[in-house]
Amino acid sequence: MTLSKTLAAGVMTLATVGSALATDLTIVSWGGAYSESQQKAYHDPYMEMNPDINIINDESSAEAVAKLRAMNEAGNVTWDLVDVVASDALRLCDEGLAMEVDHDDVLAPAPDGTDASDDFGDLIVSDCFIPQIVYSTTVGYRSDAVGDNPPTDICAIFDTETYPGKRSLEKRPINNMEWALLCDGVPKDEVYDVLETNAGQERALAKLDTIKDDVIWWSAGADTPQLLADGEVIMGSTYNGRLFSLIVEQNQPVEMLWDAQVFDLDGWIIPAGLPDERVEEVLDYLYFATDTQRLADQAKYISYGPARESSAPLVGKHAELGIEMAPHMPTDPNNSKNTFLYNYEFWADYRDDIDAKFQAWLVR
Amino acid sequence: MQNESTPEIPLAADGRPLEQSLQRALRAQKIRAFLLVVPLLVFVLITFLAPIADMLYRAVDNRIVSETLPRTVEALSDWEESENEPPEEDVFIALYYDLFFAAENKIHTRLGSRLNYQETGMSSLFRRTGRRVDRFDTDELTDAFIDFDPRWEDPTHWITLSEHPEFANQLPETAGVWDDWTQLLIAEEDELSEEEPEDLIYFALYRDLNNIGQPVALMDNWSETVSAAQSFEPVSLREQFADADEDWLLPSVWGTIKRFSPTITDGYLLNAVDMQKTADGIEAQPESRQIYGLLFGRTLFMSLVITISSILLAYPISYFLTSLPMRKANLLLILVLLPFWTSLLVRTSAWKVLLQQQGVINDLLVWVGLVDDANRLVMMNNQTGTIIAMTHILLPFMILPMYSVMRTIPPSYVRAAKSLGATNWTAFWRVYFPQSVPGIGAGSILVFIMAIGYYITPAIVGGTEGIFISNRIAYHISSSLNWGLASALGGILLLAVVILYWLYDKFVGIDNLKLG
Repeated sequence: MTLSKTLAAGVMTLATVGSALATDLTIVSWGGAYSESQQKAYHDPYMEMNPDINIINDESSAEAVAKLRAMNEAGNVTWDLVDVVASDALRLCDEGLAMEVDHDDVLAPAPDGTDASDDFGDLIVSDCFIPQIVYSTTVGYRSDAVGDNPPTDICAIFDTETYPGKRSLEKRPINNMEWALLCDGVPKDEVYDVLETNAGQERALAKLDTIKDDVIWWSAGADTPQLLADGEVIMGSTYNGRLFSLIVEQNQPVEMLWDAQVFDLDGWIIPAGLPDERVEEVLDYLYFATDTQRLADQAKYISYGPARESSAPLVGKHAELGIEMAPHMPTDPNNSKNTFLYNYEFWADYRDDIDAKFQAWLVR
Repeated sequence: MQNESTPEIPLAADGRPLEQSLQRALRAQKIRAFLLVVPLLVFVLITFLAPIADMLYRAVDNRIVSETLPRTVEALSDWEESENEPPEEDVFIALYYDLFFAAENKIHTRLGSRLNYQETGMSSLFRRTGRRVDRFDTDELTDAFIDFDPRWEDPTHWITLSEHPEFANQLPETAGVWDDWTQLLIAEEDELSEEEPEDLIYFALYRDLNNIGQPVALMDNWSETVSAAQSFEPVSLREQFADADEDWLLPSVWGTIKRFSPTITDGYLLNAVDMQKTADGIEAQPESRQIYGLLFGRTLFMSLVITISSILLAYPISYFLTSLPMRKANLLLILVLLPFWTSLLVRTSAWKVLLQQQGVINDLLVWVGLVDDANRLVMMNNQTGTIIAMTHILLPFMILPMYSVMRTIPPSYVRAAKSLGATNWTAFWRVYFPQSVPGIGAGSILVFIMAIGYYITPAIVGGTEGIFISNRIAYHISSSLNWGLASALGGILLLAVVILYWLYDKFVGIDNLKLG
């Protein structure tokens, strides 16, 4: 009796001391080099300014949608801020699992006074989504395996005669279907109109069928860099930041194709149902972490483009390698001669249907 | 002696019949024993069975449609998809009310995602329309009411109306909408007397006043209000919805809502066996979407292959271990257990390094000259990869029960058989092997059931041909959020395991199973 009382009292004292010292902020992200860039550009300076805040990193972004739903059903949301890709943000918003925000209200204006919503522009694809970076899914190839005829066109993926060998593609329809149609002669602005129809979907799968035996399908972003480094594949798609570190940091004989790269967005959502005082803490952090300078700072550590227009001119050199980062950004004019923007509305509707067909095609 | 018909009943010390007394003592004992296991039982119920039951229930649960669109579901009961016409105006009106409150509560998009599993396009249809529904042209009627009598703008005027005892009788639609409206304000902690009523309340009033039979004066100036309302320009909600998204005029959209309006659905289960529910009843999915039957079959087949190859590998090892002295056998057993101490992911990735085309095994074969450099063997990203890696990972679960059963077989039996003239083979096959069968059975059940539910290893080394049904379940749980389909697939898998277990019991006998 006495013992348990003492223990309880002790625990309570500890708890009060703990809360007096620091408030925990649980931020969910992707882990690896990406989380590190956030740590250095956002978390560290923020904690320096607010010594009473302690940021806890949780690397669950890949399963964020399912976990948030489970937490929401259990009525106990333990996350404060979650880093997700835009399509997931859209889904979380649809499911009522993410909080809607008024971007001009909660985010800092640009240094010249432009409203946040104008500074982010079209990148605010959902009322719940606060954009952070622009990344792209693009193709990297082994420069030592293509001789003096390096590919310049996305259709090199489908050209197994000129570029024999395996290629790695993501194990989902998104991006692959678009590339297949592009290389089957569909003009860029008609791709989604074609993909809407059954015949168009079959056409895309038929094009993919021509290389089916030559493809290794990946599901984790690290797969393609590893396959390229091992020489398992001659070319493969992945996120541009992964290829950047493979080429620049690990000095592998790999080049970027950039042609028909697909722009996608990554950013924050606030889980729905947080108590008011926690929302306030999160918003205070967000206001800081998404301002013009902070977004530009992140680009010092990873080659993803800042989502604010006002951040672009501030992008400088890599923090450790000292190379100019701008030419490695997917948004750099030299790299973005031919680009594609992930069509969120289309995939929100067609994802279930086309994925079912794609997976059925895959196992056949 | 006189009364022969009643035999003498043995009595206990307290004078009661012995049998009763015994039973009572036994019952007390049973209750005590039961009470001892109650905590465990409750624990298992709460932490194991309840979540599984909850998850399985999702395979048929479909409350979301009738809870989000109660009025629409009711109004749709008179409509038939076979007429191939969009429904009448009253259904659009019901949808207007339902969708307005759903959008206010931000649950309309959730319904859209749910229906999108059945019909592509529902997701954006609900998202887009939800954004528009509070800006429909019904505000023309609002303005008309306020033009007629400015007091209608005042929420207190509405409150007075709603407090009239005849309110619900005279104006049923208005009363229903008003009820939901007050609920909404209470939930948002807004003051009823301060919030301007939304257009749909005016719209409902307009409808009621146009359908009124014997008007009872609910307020002053009432009959003038009624006749004024009857002269207002009507607003067609069908046009409003069509304006927001013309898909609302498609009968198939309404057919989907109607088909999936019951609170229990077989839609997910049908989907899990490559069937679907269409306007013409239940039929097979188009061939381009059939996948689950193939995956179930493949999962069972590959699990069987993995189990058999485990038996073939484990039997000689276990036999060898039993023939060794205890000390050496224990040492070797540790080698069997060693892989357990390594993470599953590491072991699988190690196989990747070994099996890939530029991997260790291929390099070795090329170096030796067995394989040409241009034609390296493809040993992973196919079924071979999954079978090799999973056999390795599950092997200890086969060796351990086999070994513990073989240990208990006295070596003297085989010696006796040989001394009676049996050859080595006969002694093994007729005497030793039958006694080791319980170990094979236990190991096989263990390995097979574990294999059937594996998904990390197939996902890494299986490519497209070597994946299991569990990979699709994982996808629907964590990626597509179609938990209904995931639990339908999981339920079918569970059923398959139970049936196999029953078959095993019938043909081999579950008593014939020994774990040691």
